[in-house]
Amino acid sequence: MISLNVNGKKYKVDVPDDVMLLWVLRDHLKLTGTKYSCGIGECGSCTVHINGKAERSCTISVGQVKGKKITTIEGLPDSHPVKKAWVQEQVPQCGYCQPGVIMQVAALISQKPAPTADQIISKMDDVICRCGTYLRIKKGIQTAVQLTRREVKK
Amino acid sequence: MNTTISRRSFLKITGLTIAVSVTPFGHTILNASEKKDLKTFNPNVWLHITSDNKITIYIGNSEMGQGVLTAQSMIIADELEADWKQIKIKQAPAADALKSPILGAQITVGSASMRGFYEPLRKAGAAGRTMLIKAAAETWNVPESECIAELGTVKHEKSKRSLTYGQLCEKAAKLQVPQDPLLKKESEFRYMGKPMPRVDVPEKVRGKAVYGLDVNDGNVKELKGMLYAIIARPPAYGAKPQSFDQKAAEQVKDVVKVMQIPMGIAVCATSTDAALKGKDALKVQWDKGTHPDMDNAYIEKLMMADLDKQGAKVHEVGDARKALSEAAKKVEATYFVPCVAHATMEPMNTTAYVQEDRCDIWSPNQNQTACKGMAAGITKLPPEKVHIHTTFIGCGLGRRAFTDFVPEAVIISKTLGKPVKVMWTREDDIRHDRFRAPMAHRVQGGLDAQGELIGWSHKTSAVSIMKPVNPKAIKDGVDYYCLWGLWDVPDSPHWNTRIQYEVPNLYIEFLMADLPILCWPWRAVQNGPNAFAIECFMDELAHAAGKDPLEFRLQNLKNNKRATRVLQTVAEKAGWGKPIPKGQGRGIAQHACFGTWAAQVVDLSVDKNTGKIKVHRVVAAVDCGPVINPGPLVEQIEGGVILAISTALKEEVKFANGGVASVNFDDYPILRMSEVPEIEVHIVKSTDKIGGIGELGVPPLAPAVANAFFNATGVRIRRIPLTPKTVMDAMKKT
Repeated sequence: MISLNVNGKKYKVDVPDDVMLLWVLRDHLKLTGTKYSCGIGECGSCTVHINGKAERSCTISVGQVKGKKITTIEGLPDSHPVKKAWVQEQVPQCGYCQPGVIMQVAALISQKPAPTADQIISKMDDVICRCGTYLRIKKGIQTAVQLTRREVKK
Repeated sequence: MNTTISRRSFLKITGLTIAVSVTPFGHTILNASEKKDLKTFNPNVWLHITSDNKITIYIGNSEMGQGVLTAQSMIIADELEADWKQIKIKQAPAADALKSPILGAQITVGSASMRGFYEPLRKAGAAGRTMLIKAAAETWNVPESECIAELGTVKHEKSKRSLTYGQLCEKAAKLQVPQDPLLKKESEFRYMGKPMPRVDVPEKVRGKAVYGLDVNDGNVKELKGMLYAIIARPPAYGAKPQSFDQKAAEQVKDVVKVMQIPMGIAVCATSTDAALKGKDALKVQWDKGTHPDMDNAYIEKLMMADLDKQGAKVHEVGDARKALSEAAKKVEATYFVPCVAHATMEPMNTTAYVQEDRCDIWSPNQNQTACKGMAAGITKLPPEKVHIHTTFIGCGLGRRAFTDFVPEAVIISKTLGKPVKVMWTREDDIRHDRFRAPMAHRVQGGLDAQGELIGWSHKTSAVSIMKPVNPKAIKDGVDYYCLWGLWDVPDSPHWNTRIQYEVPNLYIEFLMADLPILCWPWRAVQNGPNAFAIECFMDELAHAAGKDPLEFRLQNLKNNKRATRVLQTVAEKAGWGKPIPKGQGRGIAQHACFGTWAAQVVDLSVDKNTGKIKVHRVVAAVDCGPVINPGPLVEQIEGGVILAISTALKEEVKFANGGVASVNFDDYPILRMSEVPEIEVHIVKSTDKIGGIGELGVPPLAPAVANAFFNATGVRIRRIPLTPKTVMDAMKKT
């Protein structure tokens, strides 16, 4: 049995240590917002937060994340500035890569000191969007940074 | 093709008067019309109005990010005069009534969702509105002409009375469905042509949207006890398994069954992880397949050698040979476009549950008609017992219209009597893709003494798309699917998908490359590779004629008004003819297909030390006739441009030892964010017939890049992708 802390909930899962976190999230916990696409950490579709940092769940085994705080797209509040910006800017097309993209942006945006939109954009070359929404992702990042600043001011 | 719909064909198309029972798929599996105690008004296959004043619209085309759920619903809602807030939109099951009137199947390809359904959906909405007005008029005993429909309510101004659509639905349901209802005037449009947020966006952002791969016993309760299957597939074309270690696979914890099926060896387990481990444990030994020597060089050499052979005549106007022999100047060029993969972010997959009396398929597919036919064939169940639940699609690009990912799940589920999800790994997805068909072209053109284009002879070799699938589609040795953009059959449902220039002497010849590679439409189909040859060659001709590439094109478009207009628009917006930054090159190209005209201007620079090309800006213009939802239209062009830059600069499927050598995103590179240029999209206003938009961003881009590269360097590269190595090799040669 492996104990996992996902989106603030405790789970016990009967799987070997070497199973990739991605499959445990999807098959066992039914948290299918985290996507499989490449399985080798090349595309970013499976990105989740592990202790607040964006990580590729397709190449990290559950054995490595015991006792760590895991957040998936389902655990990121709907009022999160990145999610809000993504709806406002109509970023997704097919949307399959977007949970991973959103998680990556959300992790970058929460870094201290707060990065600028351009600093975040410069760190997005390790995600792939096949529909070609890259320009919308850029817009989404700019809007999310603005929304975050506004929230901080409040 | 004439889209005027006769009374009879409208009946056939819209399913008017046919009561259709639907079981939608979505994470809220609820059909408003199936709720107890609710009256339903269901005048056609799309529209359900219930007495709780809710409107449910079922859409038969697949949603893959192009916004079809929203756009088609906007058309119905507009003509219905519904309040957008009262509308729920659902993906429909497979139904004959939802077959495209122009394509003859329920299939989402050919940029045809608007082309095929614009008029039927308008009529469907208008029929509903007309009947609701009539129901209100009868209730109040007033003339229909005194009643107006507005935002989900019918009003009688004189008596200040009003009834909601929900209140009227029971009565309206008893009325006869009008076959030719009065449509709105354009000035009365409430939704069409105005920006509408896409309905699928919020759930996609929340991570709640259910794609094919997400279907499981958590969101579909019938799938309790489901298995996960991974299939070991042949590494080379035609390879057969010689041996495999079934026991080792079965010994992997949670593996339930190992079985050989026509597609390979399937490992079924209670989790994806176990199935993956079981597949690795199989250690399958395969034979060498049918073409063990085939690699990229083999393919290109064979196709180039084809160009020296006699092909099948496709089209002839005038006498191209004579015109070329009499030309003051003759230009000849050879082009090559290699295979590219669909590489959709969601790999192929399907979940099937075959029971004695029914078969359910959950699949991210673009072709419900094929899914249903295949499943009925395997299960021997009558088609009405086969239920297709189309999920959200993690990028389509045409790949999912070829539903080879469906039968294997059906076969396994039928054998085991359990629900089964088959997932293709990324490696399976790339190696067993059906690629954009590779093409070799040899084009000869003749100019007279004034630099006028007088003759064009075009020979092309391609891997046939239809030969392995539907050989009957090949007419006298010609696979027109390979020729779209260059030529097409008369009365084609793909509207004007051919060379746009008026060439007085034109000859087109086709050869089918004898290769085992499997190919299939890939966004824009062969419009991409054909536009590459045509538009690069036009640039070469312009140069030979000593004319500006824009002027030369306009001159040879002669009376082609829509092509002329998009070219003029893009030229004006991009500042064609004005100075560009030092070190940059600028190229232009146009193309028409699927009833839409498109043109692009590309600005780029070349790093002469590394050969790396940087695209700085793409300006695009499109004329697709009426616009339904402007936001997604622009997104489609942007996305197409970005995809096409990826293929123009980076993508090429690698082959070795008779199979596909590319396996994943590390060796099949795809454009990344920092490589994306500024993109401007200009919509050319037009009242012409509605055209497609999903694929139009692709064709003009690659030739515009190659032409801009020539403009920057004076060097012609007649092959994509323009990788740093290709660029350096070409620059060294000159």
